[in-house]
Amino acid sequence: MAGKKNMTDTAVLGADAHSQLIKRERRANNVWNKLRRNKTAMIGLVIVTFMIIIAIFAPFIATHDPNMIKPSETYLGIGENGHIFGTDEFGRDLFSRVVYGARISLIAAIGGTFVGAIIGIILGLIAGYLGGAADAVIMRLMDGMLAFPFVLLAIILMTILGQGLQNVILAIGIGNVPSFARVVRGQVYIVKNEEYCNAGRVLGVSNLRMLLRHILPNTISPIIVYATLNVAGAIISEATLSFLGLGISQPTASWGNILRAGKDCLNTAPHIATISGIFILVTVLGFNLFGDGVRDVLDPKMKK
Amino acid sequence: MLKTILKRVLQAIPTLLIVITFTFILTRMIPGNPALTMLGPQAPKESVEKLEEELGLNKSKGEQYVIYLNQILHGDFGKSYAYNQSVVELIKERIPNTLVITLTSLLIALVLGMIVGIVSAVRQYSILDYIFMVLALVGVSMPIFWLGLMLVLVFSVNLGWLPAMGMGSMANGLWDVISHMILPCFCLSTIPMATFARITRSSMLEVVNGDYVKALRARGLKEGVVIWKHALKNALPPIVTVLGLQLASAFTGAILTESIFSWPGMGTLIVSAIDNRDYALIQGVVLFTAIVFVVINLIVDIVYTIINPKVSYEGGKGGN
Repeated sequence: MAGKKNMTDTAVLGADAHSQLIKRERRANNVWNKLRRNKTAMIGLVIVTFMIIIAIFAPFIATHDPNMIKPSETYLGIGENGHIFGTDEFGRDLFSRVVYGARISLIAAIGGTFVGAIIGIILGLIAGYLGGAADAVIMRLMDGMLAFPFVLLAIILMTILGQGLQNVILAIGIGNVPSFARVVRGQVYIVKNEEYCNAGRVLGVSNLRMLLRHILPNTISPIIVYATLNVAGAIISEATLSFLGLGISQPTASWGNILRAGKDCLNTAPHIATISGIFILVTVLGFNLFGDGVRDVLDPKMKK
Repeated sequence: MLKTILKRVLQAIPTLLIVITFTFILTRMIPGNPALTMLGPQAPKESVEKLEEELGLNKSKGEQYVIYLNQILHGDFGKSYAYNQSVVELIKERIPNTLVITLTSLLIALVLGMIVGIVSAVRQYSILDYIFMVLALVGVSMPIFWLGLMLVLVFSVNLGWLPAMGMGSMANGLWDVISHMILPCFCLSTIPMATFARITRSSMLEVVNGDYVKALRARGLKEGVVIWKHALKNALPPIVTVLGLQLASAFTGAILTESIFSWPGMGTLIVSAIDNRDYALIQGVVLFTAIVFVVINLIVDIVYTIINPKVSYEGGKGGN
């Protein structure tokens, strides 16, 4: 149908004007241009970029050493004594801790999503492409893992692995493997029976080449959508683990463990819990808004 | 349809077996000697060895797995050393408390979320729709434990209206029970409410623009009847699926909510088990929750088959 339209366009407009029309159409349909027109996605992108900049440039933005203890300045309120967000129970500057916390929380969330995505994509590709027994075994294992509530799975993994950033990344990653595997497998099932894949098979394309060159690129949109939305969940997961005392351990600052410290002094210094929580909320909101926008652009069928 | 349901029930069995095996492997990977943890670091070697023998820890991993499987099948989830009580008894004591807040919160979330979703769908792109959807998005982005802390801060610490901790008792009157439930239930219902609102809105939007809805309107049916009776019925299947998922995640949400409000349920049980490194209890609660998850998913699938017979075409005639 599109071909027919192009033919009529060419007949009416002439070759030159037609190629310009195609260029304009292409520009309008470009992912970035579509995304740019989506206001909420742009708000999300601004928030996400802002937080990433804070995380990257933490040493330049922080006003104090985030771990410097000052017993004479504990529980200072917002703006007191040159501390923008006040201080915590050890007299450490809260603004600097929140800024450095952005680093740890984002690394944990993005790293965890990345680990989950890589393992999930490999398993999903194998299960979807090979089908049969491989599919049955992999997917039953994934079902088994999905049966564990995420928080509980992460809790038990952290009990095994012990606290620390690498372990948080690993726990979040492992917890996310089954969902990625499911998304990819479903997509591979659709793609592998498309005509261009059958054509490739007839031409004798090897399995590995088929998977990496033809199937993976065509499953990437839902993976990107899922990964973006997943980072939002992973930020909450890091915060949850640290809040329960299983994630990032003191003195390293993460939004979750600042919140945990804030919980114990809710009466005397409510600003500690309030501020760290607002940062989590806003960042998660940013990733959700951006993820929704990316989904609308890359996967219009899933559009609300 | 029966065949589909039976097939789904049979499918749950390997999943359950995997869950049980995973729990076994994972808890055996937890560092430290459980016998030593139970008796304390000062315990004499002989007592540690004796306890290891009692717990079957001196046997090979294969034998331990068979014994463990046998125990689980007989409903024996082990014994908590911190409480000196069987894990099953502890779960039995705590589960009603968790169910009370989980189910109440879900009911509130379902009713309010669906109303918000329907109103938003019927008045798509209105200011009300916009406000509701922004609130819903904030709701799904909210860390539940932070919301809990903020509720305590505002309603207990600052205003002093509601108690921040524990569970009320009927001995002190009905208000005591209800007042203790308000904050935890509100906290626990936010995320599911936001999710219900979003899913109801998108599901209703698909339905209200359908041809048969236009046909019903053309036949002169009242708008209220069209929306609440016909459109809603057809928009239900995705909502039921989400209900199942939310039931499961509300259960985990309860872990955090309970620990904030010191509500004596499964959540505080597992948090104390983690703090005490009470391995038998961690294993028991994790396994129990995972089994509940599998069963809930099974029930959701069956209900889904019943309300949406189209999915049963594999198993037989299906359809109407």
